Amino acid sequence: MTTVVPRPTAGTAAPPPTGTPYDQLRVVPARNPGRWVATAVVAVLLAMVVNSLVTNPRWEWDVVAAYLTEESIVRGVWTTIQLTLITAVLGFALGTVLALMRLSRSPLLQAVSWGYTWVFRSVPLILQLLLWYNLAYLYQSLDFGLPFGPSFASVDTLSLIDKFGAAVLGLGLHQAAYSAEIVRAGILSVDQGQLEAAASLGIPRRRQSTRIVLPQAMRAIVPTAVNEIIGLFKGTSIVYVLALGELFYTVSVIYGRTQRVLPMLVVAAVWYVVLTTVVTVIQYHVERYYARGAVRTLPPTPLQRLRANLTAGLARVSTVRNADREGTR
Amino acid sequence: MTATTTRPGRVEVHGVHKSFGTLEVLQGIDLVVEPGSVTVVLGPSGSGKSTLLRSINHLEKVDRGFIALDGELVGYRRRSHRGGDRLHELQEKDLLRQRTRFGFVFQNFNLFPHLTALENVVEAPVSAQGRRRGEVEAEARELLARVGLADKAAVHPRQLSGGQQQRVAIARALAMRPAVLLFDEPTSALDPELVGEVLGVIEDLARTGTTMIVVTHEIGFARKAADQVVFMDAGRIVETGPPEQVLDAPRHERTRAFLAKVL
Repeated sequence: MTTVVPRPTAGTAAPPPTGTPYDQLRVVPARNPGRWVATAVVAVLLAMVVNSLVTNPRWEWDVVAAYLTEESIVRGVWTTIQLTLITAVLGFALGTVLALMRLSRSPLLQAVSWGYTWVFRSVPLILQLLLWYNLAYLYQSLDFGLPFGPSFASVDTLSLIDKFGAAVLGLGLHQAAYSAEIVRAGILSVDQGQLEAAASLGIPRRRQSTRIVLPQAMRAIVPTAVNEIIGLFKGTSIVYVLALGELFYTVSVIYGRTQRVLPMLVVAAVWYVVLTTVVTVIQYHVERYYARGAVRTLPPTPLQRLRANLTAGLARVSTVRNADREGTR
Repeated sequence: MTATTTRPGRVEVHGVHKSFGTLEVLQGIDLVVEPGSVTVVLGPSGSGKSTLLRSINHLEKVDRGFIALDGELVGYRRRSHRGGDRLHELQEKDLLRQRTRFGFVFQNFNLFPHLTALENVVEAPVSAQGRRRGEVEAEARELLARVGLADKAAVHPRQLSGGQQQRVAIARALAMRPAVLLFDEPTSALDPELVGEVLGVIEDLARTGTTMIVVTHEIGFARKAADQVVFMDAGRIVETGPPEQVLDAPRHERTRAFLAKVL
């Protein structure tokens, strides 16, 4: 091996002991044998996993492929998407109202908001779903009219709250309790000075919320909110207790009939991964949008980062190779 | 010159008291600020300077006494009620409208970080005063040019230096065409090098005849720009007068002790 002298970072005040000045010497990057070993071990493990996935016939990939885009499965996926989106919108709309109530100066509004969150976070979701589904037992019909006064319209409870309605109500009201806390935390994270500045400029109250506070609160809200939405996507599978034809229930019906349990579970898993991936990509861009002004330069998009990493990696490999060539010379 | 009585921007403070819990921060403040004049408020930390300033545009509600701008009560409306008059607290909407007559510049700028410099300046005239966006934008660009930031219109606050941020904040306050400008230690959060650029802008404004009340520790600025210097300590006004009197020949021991420390 040749001896390699590191290049000093700044100022070559000290004269080199002999011959070539420092700034003309080649820099050899430090080596990390441990990292290479770890990489190799993980690569082998990964290869083993892939190998077993491919070679074990019991995964029945042909069955997976056949059912992945089967009509009833796609319909189930669509129901799952509908359930999640409606529930998320309902949950966050109601959650925002609850958060604002909790932050209001009226003690009653505060107490009601606190009580709502307390109750709906305490009772298990599965129990809430069954309660809503059985609402017709408590109230045969729902009347719409003045409080304690005459009723204008009466609807049969069963016709209004079907399986889907019960699922939406159960998931949405449960979600609202959690969303309320997320929104409240986001609002509290905005500096008090922002409100003072808005007030001193005479900006109307509603505009203060929509233009000044909420956009800044979104930075704190978005990551947790997306977490919740991803949780909802998978959480909707719990409504199979109502025999509602979303993804998981559909899959379980099929394997109950065909006995192909594992491949059908894989089908469901693949779809859940796809849905989560889509949400994650959307999350990234939403976060980038709300980061405007909060950071001096926006972080690169995943594509930009991949490209930069590849370029840097290739450059590194080529310098190492060059250095090795020199070493063996 | 027009008669000073018709000019807007006269601020009157009468017998104002304010407590935070058991601490009485303002203990009976009386002060008159003439239209077009510059008042500099000096005093040690905790003497109630900022609270006084924040009371003037009703960011703080006072416990006793009243504040008026051009004869109009700040935060209240006088209404007759079965023979005797009563003070009614203003509705939020009316209060916000009244606040647009004051421009407030904060110690730590409080620019809206998610909006560009231009959007910061344009926001309030459009949403609070209902002026047309196009017209306001043109005026906002002029204001940014006036504080020396014509090229920074599209930049977000975090990409600006402290001094530049404070100058945007001044432009933002000016965009409301306020009758009175209130400055709450506008240079205290700045590096010493950047203090000058902000004070320069404020001095320029002083020369244009805007009514200004400036809470600051910059004695040099007070000497140069003030018509009236107010020295406060422990919630009271110790003495008031032209700068040459309060700064160079203070009548009170407390003022002398303070000036000896800061000069």
